[in-house]
Amino acid sequence: MTTSRLGAEAVTVGYGGDPVVRDLTLDIPDGLVTTIVGPNGCGKSTLLRTLARLLAPTSGRVRLDGDAITDVPTREVSRRLALLPQSPIAPEGLMVRDLVGRGRHPHQRWFRQWSPADEDVVEQALRLTDTWELRDRALDQLSGGQRQRAWIAMTLAQDTDLVLLDEPTTFLDLAHQVEVLDLVSRLNRERGRTVTMVLHDLNLAARYSDRVVVMHDGAVVTQGAPREVFTVDLLQEVFGLTADVLDDPRTGLPIVVPVSAPTPAPTR
Amino acid sequence: MATLHATPLRLGGLSWLVPVRAALVSLVGAGVLFFLVAIDLAVGDFPIPVGDVVRTLFGGGDEGQRFVVMELRLPQTAVAVTVGASLGLAGALTQTLARNPLASPDILGVTDGAAFGAVLVIVVAGGSGYGGGLVSGQLQEIGLPIAAFIGALGTALLLYLLSWRRGLDMQRLVLVGIGLGATLTAATAYLLVNARIQDAASAQVWLSGSLSARGWEHGRPVLITLAVLVPLSLLLIRSLNAMLLGDDAARGLGVRLQLTQLGVLIAAVGLTSVAVAAVGPLEFVALVVPQVALRLCGASRPPILASMVAGAVLVVGADVITRAVLPFALPAGIVTAAVGAPYLIWLLVRANRRRTA
Repeated sequence: MTTSRLGAEAVTVGYGGDPVVRDLTLDIPDGLVTTIVGPNGCGKSTLLRTLARLLAPTSGRVRLDGDAITDVPTREVSRRLALLPQSPIAPEGLMVRDLVGRGRHPHQRWFRQWSPADEDVVEQALRLTDTWELRDRALDQLSGGQRQRAWIAMTLAQDTDLVLLDEPTTFLDLAHQVEVLDLVSRLNRERGRTVTMVLHDLNLAARYSDRVVVMHDGAVVTQGAPREVFTVDLLQEVFGLTADVLDDPRTGLPIVVPVSAPTPAPTR
Repeated sequence: MATLHATPLRLGGLSWLVPVRAALVSLVGAGVLFFLVAIDLAVGDFPIPVGDVVRTLFGGGDEGQRFVVMELRLPQTAVAVTVGASLGLAGALTQTLARNPLASPDILGVTDGAAFGAVLVIVVAGGSGYGGGLVSGQLQEIGLPIAAFIGALGTALLLYLLSWRRGLDMQRLVLVGIGLGATLTAATAYLLVNARIQDAASAQVWLSGSLSARGWEHGRPVLITLAVLVPLSLLLIRSLNAMLLGDDAARGLGVRLQLTQLGVLIAAVGLTSVAVAAVGPLEFVALVVPQVALRLCGASRPPILASMVAGAVLVVGADVITRAVLPFALPAGIVTAAVGAPYLIWLLVRANRRRTA
């Protein structure tokens, strides 16, 4: 029997007008990497933002440790659950160490702004994400992958068991996507963090997730281990994608290979 | 530069982060400020050597010097210091909140709102006294600061409501603010066109931002406002730091977003309106000063303390220039505008280049 500290119970949520997510129930199993996938506009980011308490459901509730998350004080939520938003911004010249230090915000008070504990946690976060050497560099001087690692270090410094990542690999090239997801994997395996993320790339989702949640039109279509979830029929039905699903000879995990209508090569 | 980091200061279980470079800049700035204050107190129709001024300030000097320095000149200089600090702080707060170097109270229309309220009082209430002006008519003397405050507050309220779209939209805030400012400036111009000539003249003097003949009655409200709002600003600054990472990230870090935004706006409006009520709209101080302080301190947002010191330096400096250096009388607001306007152009050109680059 798996436990679950975080989950959605019959949640309906939107931005005014038609709800984006309708009557959705989902448990995030503790200690695993759960990835939410789905076509554009299916409500996966909305769901993640609702789980992080950035959006309030119009009906239903998000459950955090048995309580409705809207009843938990803001600071208390941020001590249990860290979020990396989709496109965070940083002021010009902000240094990596300062960014990661901000992660300690929920643990600090105006009279306790930088305790030895803060320093330790930040150093660990920098070391785990391989950004220790970059700590005195400005964020805007880093490569995309390094920058994303620094942001993840910030969520790590928040020192929460639950970590939510909203499309952590957007705008990165493939090598950097792998670099970031390897790090996510380490957070889970070495630090026991429960990771919930939204990803676009199905193959990366299959490669790095314990569980995949497939959403379509504001609802969960199916969920489970990547091998059970990614089938030819599902890809056709949810993504409108004709694809083969192969087994990766190295990992045994599914690989989605799109099949397109053959176009003859242009003649010269 | 990189070595001058925020250094932890610990005392038992308590700890603070001291931004070393900003602290040094503030300290040097305070020295410069003291020097300028001494010059400001020394010059005038009855010149006093700077050394004697300093001695007088610390309780020495003869009776005549004491009278001139402490009674005649110190009030005006004190107004210059406190008004400069208020405007510097107000600008630092709004620019940090909006993550935009353009978002200062003068650009956002708050200053224009205060000016409109004040001019309304001068023009409408001016009917009672011949020659109008700031000195005649009791209604004017009491009413002007209050009207300026109400004007600023009303503008800020409108700004807040019009910029609201499922939360405070910062892009919108700047655009709406510029629009509000233009509207209020037009309304002020309309009042002046229809005013009696004496009233229009005295309103015009006030509108240029003048420090001359300012006494303790002008300085006291500014000082009280600072005493209340500086601690509030220092409490808000940690949340503002987190908000620089974006609204979502800030909320993820446990910041109560709307409460902080409201607190910052109230502080900025309070500081601006009281300062404007005291001396008129000193243009561009709130815009320029925090950005200069930011560059001096090598920080990632306008520093609070250094912005206050730099604001005071600029306004006292402007007072010295208008009173001592220039051969003709000039309102201090013209001097601050002469410094600030080219800076604004530079800022816009730079932003434009970056976008096209």
